Amino acid sequence: MSSGSVQTLPLQLFLREDFPQLLQTLKQLGYQTLGPVLSQGAIQWKAITTPEDFPIDWKDQQEPGSYRLEPDPSPRYFNIVHGPESLKPLTFAPRETLLVLDHQNNTFSAKDIQPDTTPTAILGVRACDLAGLGIQDQIFLHGTYPDPYYQQRRENLFLIAVNCTRAHATCFCASMETGPKAQQGFDLSLTEADEDFLIEAGSVKGLKVLDQLTSSIASEERIKEDEERIGACAASQTRSLPKANLPAALYEAHDHPRWDHVAARCLSCTNCTMVCPTCFCHGVEETPSLDFQQSEHTRVWDSCFTPDHGYIHGKNFRPTTKDRYRMWLTHKLAAWIDQFGTSGCVGCGRCIAWCPVGIDLTEEVQALSQPPL
Amino acid sequence: MSESNKSPIRKRPRVAVVKFASCDGCQLSILNLEDDLLALGAAIDIAYFPEASSDMQAGPYDIAFVEGSITCPEDLPRVLELRQQTTTLITIGACATSGGIQALRNWSDIEAFKRAVYPNPEYIQSLSTSTPISEHVTVDYELWGCPIDKQQLLGVLTDLLQGVKPHIPRHSVCLDCKRQGHVCVLVAKGLPCLGPVTRTGCGAICPSMGRDCYGCFGPAEHDSARPPGVPPNTASLAQQFHQHLQLIPVEMVRRFRGINGSVQPFQEESHAWESK
Repeated sequence: MSSGSVQTLPLQLFLREDFPQLLQTLKQLGYQTLGPVLSQGAIQWKAITTPEDFPIDWKDQQEPGSYRLEPDPSPRYFNIVHGPESLKPLTFAPRETLLVLDHQNNTFSAKDIQPDTTPTAILGVRACDLAGLGIQDQIFLHGTYPDPYYQQRRENLFLIAVNCTRAHATCFCASMETGPKAQQGFDLSLTEADEDFLIEAGSVKGLKVLDQLTSSIASEERIKEDEERIGACAASQTRSLPKANLPAALYEAHDHPRWDHVAARCLSCTNCTMVCPTCFCHGVEETPSLDFQQSEHTRVWDSCFTPDHGYIHGKNFRPTTKDRYRMWLTHKLAAWIDQFGTSGCVGCGRCIAWCPVGIDLTEEVQALSQPPL
Repeated sequence: MSESNKSPIRKRPRVAVVKFASCDGCQLSILNLEDDLLALGAAIDIAYFPEASSDMQAGPYDIAFVEGSITCPEDLPRVLELRQQTTTLITIGACATSGGIQALRNWSDIEAFKRAVYPNPEYIQSLSTSTPISEHVTVDYELWGCPIDKQQLLGVLTDLLQGVKPHIPRHSVCLDCKRQGHVCVLVAKGLPCLGPVTRTGCGAICPSMGRDCYGCFGPAEHDSARPPGVPPNTASLAQQFHQHLQLIPVEMVRRFRGINGSVQPFQEESHAWESK
């Protein structure tokens, strides 16, 4: 049983034909429901109102620098593992106005802009994304100054995890010990088969929803069968990160010639940091009106790969791509451990698939862990 | 803030909008600032803008927006004169900033064009190259794009009116694609998108329509000194186009030799593939 479980019922079997009950129950409880929806050649979190909104008959193929959807005759709703978006844009908004400043009589007033706080249920959250959310919670909620914008969105989420039974060439959650089974942080979790789902509650909120559904006690054989499918998914993963060697391996590699090798390929385009479920860098923009009577104070996603990120007082102290890639990888996989007590990587593989030139951080870490040739 | 309250009547800066060889699209972007035109008229004194008004006043100007590239002999004294008359000179658009699409002539024989088009080519006074304004006079700020982004122009003007140094972002288009939630057309569709090496500012218009960026905002982080190891890494992106998207060398030359083909990083990349 998973560590985050508040299960008081044995694992339940929930039939595919009863799935609309889940959508109805969530609706009755006042949740808007988001799930994986085909969009622009991938999947994105969009409104789900009926089971037909799911990307049935499709699966994704992910390779370094490549993401493709292809037809797949399957009745499953969660056949596509994931798209470019983790949960990050739903809690840490890519662009949001925090304050509007008004200039009045020699001074100014600031008006807080509150985020939309509609309770939102998300169907199809993967174990790696839950792990990523846990890391972002630590950054935005558990420090000295909790972020109210993040907090309001976060508290309104109802998370329905789906355990992975299919891994991509880019996946390495097993080596990061974050998946393929959702371990904690979900309200409900599902393991999908063609005819039915195993369903489990991970919170009191989840249990209330589960109580509304028509389900039956799952057989021992069925539970074992699903554990085996999840285990096979973990075993099928070909990439891994040597967790035991980190952080030391990267600190010791500071002057390794491999950094020049990867810098010759890296575009400094920021895509890896944008799709990363844990990258949290942001900038603040001030947009005044032409008459300077009003200004919008806006927070935007930023990246350690931009020229502005390392620019301080007339000088960019990370001018080259090599400086930036080394900064990113060393922070993500090494300094993060010292800073937050966990790795900054959850093994989702998005930075590999969505890198326009297919740079693979697991390959880079492996090369950096070897003595220079 | 208290300063401006003590002196509410601030002198409106005299602004000129000047054209060289160009299509006028960037000037139209200014006129397309419909919601802000009245406020703009109140904030600045438009002294010279033939596209908008027949009242064309002589300099000096506090700010000049310059559209178009240098393509004719008579452009040269004009641009020098304008520079002498102007405190802050800002190029608007690809033509003024990099030479524009007409800089494709830099790889061709202009005399052959003249003979092919005109019955009396001897009347045509034209330089053999199209060059950016910065090749002839000092430019204070550059706004890229074909056309420019009108909100970026408004932002620069707002900053200048308040005595703030304008900040024009130099990072890649990708960051804004992701901020806006567009799925990457290169990774998900295999389109040869120049976004990773192209400067932001357009609002990621082409990828938002499912199309690949063709670099109309010029190279990201472009620095004429070209320090080694500093983006844009056109060579790596081109390798990816060639090896994984099967673009052949002549397609690569066309890819980089477009609206900003004359600007150094793109020019070097097209030359590298021309010899393959």
